[in-house]
Amino acid sequence: MNVKKFVVGNFYEETVLFPAVTKVRRAGYKIHDVYTPFPIHGLDKVMGLKDTDLHIAGFIYGITGTSTAIGFITFMLAFDWKINFGGKPFFSLPAWIPIMFELTVLFAAVGMVLTFCWLCQLAPFVKKDHFNLRSTDDTFTMAIECTDKTNEAEAIAFLESVGAQGVEIQHREADWWIGRYDRETVRFGKKVPQV
Amino acid sequence: MSLIRYESQARAPLVEGNKTYHDVTEDICRPVEAKPSKLWWVGFIISLGLLGFGVVSIYMDIVYGTGQWNLNKTIGWGWDITNFVWWVGIGHAGTLISAILLLFRQGWRTGVNRAAEAMTIFAVMCAGQFPIWHMGRVWNGFFVMPYPNTRGPLWVNFNSPLLWDVFAISTYFTVSLLFWYSGLLPDLATLRDRAKLKWSKFFYGLAAFGWTGSTKHWQRHEALSLVLAGLSTPLVLSVHTIVSFDFATSVIPGWHTTIFPPYFVAGAVFSGFAMVQTLLLITRKVLALEQYITMEHIDVMNKVIVLTGSIVGIAYLTELFMSWYSASPYEWFAFKENRLNVNSPYGWSYWLMMGCNVLSPQIFWFRKMRRNILVTFFMSILVNIGMWFERFVIIVTSLYRDYLPSSWSTYYTPTIWEIGFYMGTFGLFFTCYFLFSKFFPVIAIAEIKHILKKNGDSYKAAYAKEEMESYDEFEHNQSHHH
Repeated sequence: MNVKKFVVGNFYEETVLFPAVTKVRRAGYKIHDVYTPFPIHGLDKVMGLKDTDLHIAGFIYGITGTSTAIGFITFMLAFDWKINFGGKPFFSLPAWIPIMFELTVLFAAVGMVLTFCWLCQLAPFVKKDHFNLRSTDDTFTMAIECTDKTNEAEAIAFLESVGAQGVEIQHREADWWIGRYDRETVRFGKKVPQV
Repeated sequence: MSLIRYESQARAPLVEGNKTYHDVTEDICRPVEAKPSKLWWVGFIISLGLLGFGVVSIYMDIVYGTGQWNLNKTIGWGWDITNFVWWVGIGHAGTLISAILLLFRQGWRTGVNRAAEAMTIFAVMCAGQFPIWHMGRVWNGFFVMPYPNTRGPLWVNFNSPLLWDVFAISTYFTVSLLFWYSGLLPDLATLRDRAKLKWSKFFYGLAAFGWTGSTKHWQRHEALSLVLAGLSTPLVLSVHTIVSFDFATSVIPGWHTTIFPPYFVAGAVFSGFAMVQTLLLITRKVLALEQYITMEHIDVMNKVIVLTGSIVGIAYLTELFMSWYSASPYEWFAFKENRLNVNSPYGWSYWLMMGCNVLSPQIFWFRKMRRNILVTFFMSILVNIGMWFERFVIIVTSLYRDYLPSSWSTYYTPTIWEIGFYMGTFGLFFTCYFLFSKFFPVIAIAEIKHILKKNGDSYKAAYAKEEMESYDEFEHNQSHHH
């Protein structure tokens, strides 16, 4: 159970959101996350998020696929059971290129998608708390995490001053849990607050 | 920084009708949340009927063997492999739209990519049926996998194009499915958060994998899409190249040619775009999505059709010329007597192919024709008939008369079970497509929102001022933000 207190504000225009993110960060508040219905280019930079290394993982999975293909085919056709196909060499690399390529792509794609799901904690029956159901529709929702030192009234006033609407305090579970979206679920003996 | 990238007014808007983000959600979710129409039920039941016909045909194949088909020792590949290549080819347009056009930064792809990718997946599913059931003893099908078996182990032949096909098609299916589904996650989350009914809360909650729209997740999602597009681009080219190797690496006259890979890829994109047109013209009308799949989209896709159709035409003429220029009597015989000669048993199919694939798409040089829905729909059907005959011509006219006249075949016509099998794949394809169009958003909601402020009607109008500025003014105002 990892229920935390957040100050949550909503934005409807990118042109308001970007300066607001900068101002909130400059004021020293810790932005938990900004939830948007579509990818907004540059928002990750403004929020100070690091670039993702997912593509490097993809490259590693890809070369794993290539070496798996060449390793196994060489073992099978050039060492384990040699078969003479029309007098061609047992180690006939050019004929193996198509399968080496296919396995490169297959390993890279499957590996990357699984890594993506792992990093973002995405899977069937994964349930998470949502600050605003409209943030998958047309609303950009910013959540600021409250610490012991946060003056809530001040934080609300500050968010409103930078253009946020419907600013409020929310208690939300910050982690994911196993659950279904059609029923309220109980986690570790405590009721998980529903949106 | 300027948040909204400037785009010239000379380009027509890709989303019509002054939409806001919320309007986009409403419009695209409406068909999913409403009850299916009568027309949907009629189409769905017809598709299920066709699927049933296919199941019976496959039952006959399993119980009585491939002898139920009219294949013989000379024509070992007939309708089945024709249908296989045809369906794989249709799949290619989806990947072209979703991957290659993403890399080329073509904004118009966002309106059509979701449905086109779904079409790819369903078409590859249909294609896969043919080599599987053509095996005859399908219960031994797992022999194509290189697993340590008790027969030696005796490994599969990695030098064979038929095995390359196994790897290419299964990789293509897997990667297309992952690409499609990872793109669907945010849209399924949109449906989940709007859901009113218990079952839809459960279903979309399950299907959306707990997507929240977090900025970090979007950043990874973008990286994932870009790399998957980069992987799919050579993949899609490799798949039809490998399919063409099934023929090109053989020594049969009419098949033994190096032009096959590019010629097959162009043909695949050509037939795939025709199928996208057929499906989307119906989808946009029935689901009232004309403002998202606009005349502009239809126009652009018709341009792709005339381009790829002409590439296919050049390929036909090149292989014809080369068969004569090669001075190989067998090669020239296959073309002159088996194809060009109208009075030969299958001469009609060659000329039907030429007419549908090379001549008829030339009508799309005219803008008026490209923007005519009836003409486009008719042409999309014609192109698919032509492309089916292309594969039929390649396979049957090359096989029925080869080097040894004593084994020349009699006229090959399919049996009812071969036809039933083909109809069955139509059933499978359309059953899947009907279910998809009912339960999933047929347009990528998040991607439309992403381009809305650049390509939407109302937002483009806001740039009228910039259009009127002099170069110096424009440059000054735009660079000022950086």
